[in-house]
Amino acid sequence: MSLDSPALAPNRGCRDTPVLKERGQREVFCGLTGIIWLHRKMQDAFFLVVGSRTCAHLLQSAAGVMIFAEPRFGTAILEEKDLAGLADANTELDREVARLLTRRPDIKQLFLVGSCPSEVIKLDLARAAERLSGLHAPHVRVYNYSGSGIETTFTQGEDACLAAMVPTLASTTAREVLIIGALPDVVEDQCLSLLAQLGIGPVRMLPARRAADLPAVGPQTVFALVQPFLGDTHAALIRRGARHLPAAFPFGEEGTTLWLWALAQEFGISRDHFDAVTAAPRARARKAVAAHAETLNGKSVFFFPDSQLEIPLARFLARECGMTPLEVGTPFLHAAITGPDLDLLPEGPVISEGQDVDRQLDRQHEARPDLTICGLGLANPLEAQGHTTKWAIELVFTPVHFYEQAGDLAALFSRPLRRKALLTAPIACSQISRGPGQSPGGQP
Amino acid sequence: MKLTLWTYEGPPHVGAMRVATGMTGLHYVLHAPQGDTYADLLFTMIERRNHRPPVTYTTFQARDLGADTANLFKDAARDAYTRFKPQAMIVGASCTAELIQDDPGGLAGALDLPCPVIPLDLPSYQRKENFGADETFHQLCRALARPMPRTEAITCNILGATALGFRHRDDVAEVTKLLGLMGITVNVAAPLGSTPADIARMGQAHFNVLLYPETGEGAARWLEKTCGQPYTKVVPLGVGATRDFLHEVASLTGLSPKVDESALRLPWWSASVDSTYLTGKRVFLFGDATHVIAAARIAATEIGFEVVGMGCYNREFARPMRAAAKAYGLEALITDDYLEVEDAIAAAAPELILGTQQERHIGKRLGIPCAVISSPVHVQDFPARYSPQMGFEGANVIFDTWIHPLVMGLEEHLLTMFREDFEFHSDAGPSHHGGKADLREVSDEAPLASVAGGALPPGFASPRDISEQIMAEATVSPSGEPVWLPAAERELKKIPFFVRGKAKRNTEGYAREKGVAEISVETLYEAKAHYAR
Repeated sequence: MSLDSPALAPNRGCRDTPVLKERGQREVFCGLTGIIWLHRKMQDAFFLVVGSRTCAHLLQSAAGVMIFAEPRFGTAILEEKDLAGLADANTELDREVARLLTRRPDIKQLFLVGSCPSEVIKLDLARAAERLSGLHAPHVRVYNYSGSGIETTFTQGEDACLAAMVPTLASTTAREVLIIGALPDVVEDQCLSLLAQLGIGPVRMLPARRAADLPAVGPQTVFALVQPFLGDTHAALIRRGARHLPAAFPFGEEGTTLWLWALAQEFGISRDHFDAVTAAPRARARKAVAAHAETLNGKSVFFFPDSQLEIPLARFLARECGMTPLEVGTPFLHAAITGPDLDLLPEGPVISEGQDVDRQLDRQHEARPDLTICGLGLANPLEAQGHTTKWAIELVFTPVHFYEQAGDLAALFSRPLRRKALLTAPIACSQISRGPGQSPGGQP
Repeated sequence: MKLTLWTYEGPPHVGAMRVATGMTGLHYVLHAPQGDTYADLLFTMIERRNHRPPVTYTTFQARDLGADTANLFKDAARDAYTRFKPQAMIVGASCTAELIQDDPGGLAGALDLPCPVIPLDLPSYQRKENFGADETFHQLCRALARPMPRTEAITCNILGATALGFRHRDDVAEVTKLLGLMGITVNVAAPLGSTPADIARMGQAHFNVLLYPETGEGAARWLEKTCGQPYTKVVPLGVGATRDFLHEVASLTGLSPKVDESALRLPWWSASVDSTYLTGKRVFLFGDATHVIAAARIAATEIGFEVVGMGCYNREFARPMRAAAKAYGLEALITDDYLEVEDAIAAAAPELILGTQQERHIGKRLGIPCAVISSPVHVQDFPARYSPQMGFEGANVIFDTWIHPLVMGLEEHLLTMFREDFEFHSDAGPSHHGGKADLREVSDEAPLASVAGGALPPGFASPRDISEQIMAEATVSPSGEPVWLPAAERELKKIPFFVRGKAKRNTEGYAREKGVAEISVETLYEAKAHYAR
């Protein structure tokens, strides 16, 4: 693969493909879900959702069995009396926060997370965060952001969280690289090691593992995104004078190489040195992907919208695994951020933004893809109809970035197809779905 | 405002979904923001349902709030009817939609849809999931069921089973079979497995069998009042309760309660010699009130356990729960805060926990075996095989399920004989469970921190006896509590782990009573003699 020649792009990419915009029932999580990985990443942070029993139930359902002895997230459940008087709700909130911080002296960052009910009753969490910051400074910094379903979709919760931190970062005139987006520690370490070997730095991360490691930002700062869903954070950093280095996202061998090369160019790293550093991991990644590409090659794939990772992942599956995307649905299409991936994604698939789930199921049914990427609510009903599915949420919860995970990423897609080939016992008639959500007609 | 890290019950609209998803031909239009669709995965993933819950979410966004969420609801309801053609629809609001007060019932009524539309009023900021299910089923009956002539043969309805219920699928089948043995046919079992048309003909049954008071009592009471159908009060969980249930049904129908019991094995399994080792084992029970009350009776009178703590998370049933606990000389724990439950379990130091998915986690953290007896449960408690809890087969299943986490009787016997030698010791764990048994270093004292089970996430205690942890704490807390001398502590470790907690408690109690500040080996054996029966 050649890095700097336009020949690597297909004749036409999807940058100019008209987007099918839909609105209706969305089968996606709200932004609160991001707390599940954010609280593991920021080890001295607590996420306090101000919401309803539904919010608490969502978090425990999405987190599955992940109940820690004392998790660093919780829901302050609004009750009847909180709805009656907002002044009282603020007093109650102050009391709950004080109690929490007394019990958990290790907490240095507290996020007040807004929810649908708190937004609707207009509970001013920004002001509450200011007030509480004043009360608990300098030991604890209190932030606020909204993870509500009326404003955020799934991974947008992380974006809202990071965007809320940007204005509070210290100012600097140093020339530094910021890597933006939560990565599992093992992947973060690989990323930092690659950048160090290339001679790029100093490198700082947002989010940082601890409050004390938070980066500074200023006009000499350049930043690279490792997740495509960070549109607001991107804008907030630009407002602070930082400059974005656009690139394809570091999924697969090609994506990782292009992402690193964008940084290398910025820092004047020579091609020879770049090749010397990346040749071995690139070869490993290609080899690991090839093992799964055998299963994936020539198969079609259909993406329901979920995490905003869809465009870069479709690019990876199309270009490195030989798959044919039929529809690539994404909750929100940020053309400026996913542009480099759209350029590489071969022309052909429907690009859709938003969702009307029943209509999209009709299209999926019509398209009969070999593999369907969808949320947990749809996966079993589609399997029961004979489709092969991959749960999208695993793509967010599994380490999939950079060279050493390229094979694991491909494996996530090939396993359902391998399983399909292995299971030969037919499903009993009673277990075959009548169709998603469909009920027999007739009047009582 | 109350800080919650985990809840036993979801919001009430999830209860309504449990009713709708258990039925066919019913569609639920839920006024709700994006994100509330998470509830679908409870049914499709945890219960492995092969179809989407029949729920349409209006999915309003922030920008709709200033505009017209009411029209959004009307469009969603109209589209849902056109696409799914249900026999009947239920309409309602989730917690956020409740705040914007669009009146889904009124809006849907104005649409004049060609099917019955039943509005639900489920107060999200006051009530919870079980109430939501009970109220939804109640409203369905009010809207659809009518008094009508009885069937010629004696029939009954079975009330209360829903989607996502703990073993509801198999309980309904088992109770149907049981009633069949008495010569009774089931007219309608609902909500699970029924249609709105079935609910409309519930009035022709002679009486109702209420299996799950938590989710069916509202309907049972209404049917009693309106259709003159008496309903059963005994829930057939356990041998004694099943026999009582048969007698209750006999008194309602005039039929004989004598049925073939040849498939019932629990009484003999409890009476057989191996089960001697179950006698007096200390159990702690927590879950929904109906299951806990029934389980306590089974534990105490059908297996011979000692009930050392019990409670429920559903406050609505606090009164019967307290009465039941009193019969065992206990104060019932009524709470929906799992941290309180964990504290109560740690304090009672039982040898077995019978609880929900949460108590399974608590058991893991405390190193106490646990069997699941009540909702909420996770994917592993929706088994592929037939495994009811109710009726005679249910009793057999319960015996197996509760005994499985424990060390087998004969194995316990070996552990007692070879007390804490290098192969047979408390860290070895039951032989029928996974996890590697570590051989102890022969000469050394048992290392306190050795991990017997597989790798556990940080923060979890290893799955082993907690008495050592409690002991470690006891030796460092000089707050007037007796302190264990090293020799006594070593001696205590020689006592088999499954009675060690009891020995430790008894010895400390004895020491306190006698005013002994330091526990020596002599104190330990004096206490043993003191408590010997």
